[in-house]
Amino acid sequence: MSEAAKAQPLILRRIEAAHRSRNVSFRLQFVLVWVALIAALGVALALADQIDPPWLQEWAPFILGGAAITVLVCVTSIALAVVLALLGALGRLSRNPVIHAIASFYVSLVRGTPLLVQLFFVYYALADIGVVIDPIPAGIIALSFNYGAYMTEIFRAGIQAVPRGQREAAQALGMTERLIMRRVVLPQATRIVIPAVGNEFIAMIKDSSLVSTIGVAELLWRADTAGTPTLHRPSAFLLAALVYWVLTIFFSFFQERLERRMARGDR
Amino acid sequence: MAALGEVVVCARGVEKYFGDNHVLRGVDLDVRDGETVMLIGRSGSGKTTMLRCLNFLEEPTAGSIAVAGVQVDADPLHERSRRHQEQIRQIRLRAGMVFQDFNLFPHMTVLENCIEAPMRVKGVPRRRAIELAVGFLGKVGLIEKRDEHPARLSGGQKQRVAIARALCMEPKVLMFDEPTSALDPELVGEVLNVMEELAHEGTTMIVVTHEMSFAREAADRVVFMEAGTVIEEGPPEQVLDAPQDERTRQFLRRFLRRGDGQPAA
Repeated sequence: MSEAAKAQPLILRRIEAAHRSRNVSFRLQFVLVWVALIAALGVALALADQIDPPWLQEWAPFILGGAAITVLVCVTSIALAVVLALLGALGRLSRNPVIHAIASFYVSLVRGTPLLVQLFFVYYALADIGVVIDPIPAGIIALSFNYGAYMTEIFRAGIQAVPRGQREAAQALGMTERLIMRRVVLPQATRIVIPAVGNEFIAMIKDSSLVSTIGVAELLWRADTAGTPTLHRPSAFLLAALVYWVLTIFFSFFQERLERRMARGDR
Repeated sequence: MAALGEVVVCARGVEKYFGDNHVLRGVDLDVRDGETVMLIGRSGSGKTTMLRCLNFLEEPTAGSIAVAGVQVDADPLHERSRRHQEQIRQIRLRAGMVFQDFNLFPHMTVLENCIEAPMRVKGVPRRRAIELAVGFLGKVGLIEKRDEHPARLSGGQKQRVAIARALCMEPKVLMFDEPTSALDPELVGEVLNVMEELAHEGTTMIVVTHEMSFAREAADRVVFMEAGTVIEEGPPEQVLDAPQDERTRQFLRRFLRRGDGQPAA
């Protein structure tokens, strides 16, 4: 190895060194700008004199507790949405006209109406006709139906992205359609869609703030409940925003790692 | 030449249209037990389509196919009953296929690729399926790769695994669709060696190929196709060295000019 390094011409070593130093300086500047921007934000807030530390000390635990509910609602909803999306995608690809129609209808209806309307329908409208659902389950139902419809298209694309030769090889081995789907197509489609599902999860963390409107005691609802009566809305909503931001950064980190691992894959 | 057994593959009047394109114009093909038949011809002559019609990866527009006693007629309107689909599956169980671009399952190891269909399609017990797979992987010289994923293999190794995977189903006939066309030139030999060995052992094979020298070495019979019909067929020394038809001669001249294959006698 060191023999090879010695044998390397000077010009190559210089080019490599230049590359490295350019890389380091890029990263350094990146971090500096972030630190500067965050500091500027802090200074602006301090100058605006809207942050009240004693109030924060009193209410922050209550608001932060909402983050747990946000995460709980999102994790449950994304799991259900994956199931719905899988069924939806298989339905959309089905040659049975009835199944195909039902799946297309689901996707069209859900994508054609606002999430907030769906949420109100599940919680308020259903209650008016006698189907009373608690806020948290109602929120989870609306979120999973909504995201299930969007992810149906992701799953469908993922299934179609599995090369045709895979299906043909399985057919040539005498596998039945059901077996081909379960053993050959879906395992490969899963690898293809996992990064996109991660993206949907991160989007859902933010969209889940809508369930505050039906009284789910999640992050935004708690910020509102703590901030509004005590006239501390700037601190309250700023804190909520900050927590959403941290949550998305946290999950993006995992999502990126997952994506990199999937990209490496075993293809 | 191997002693000729009973007819394993019998295709009659196979026609295929892709839209208005008449790709196969009434092809008959008989392949007997133990025979190695090679389909040659320029690209677009219909030889690959013919091969894919034999196991219904391509739906023939007309004609009938029989493999090891299971006969299925063309049904271009796709009005097949479940029974017919099952018949097609029965044909596929008897006719193994090796593809140009391998089509190994990337999410499974080499061994898993080989035992998947025997276990789940034929219901072979796992232990027996592994025994079989180990035997065939040994035959293609890749036993030490059994726990690797296909991504870690070279093209030639992938194709040899694909051959082992097909053999594990113990088919009556093994079909190859241009098995070396996707390979780097230096990897072609290892695949052809395996195929030649199989041919000499009396495996019934149908091979679509552009490797003329390989056809000369390993084929019992060469079938030359052009424009969707069989122009000429017979033992390699006849079709390749003393072709009767002008179109066959033209095709072979083109190959010789490219320096592929041996000069004609």
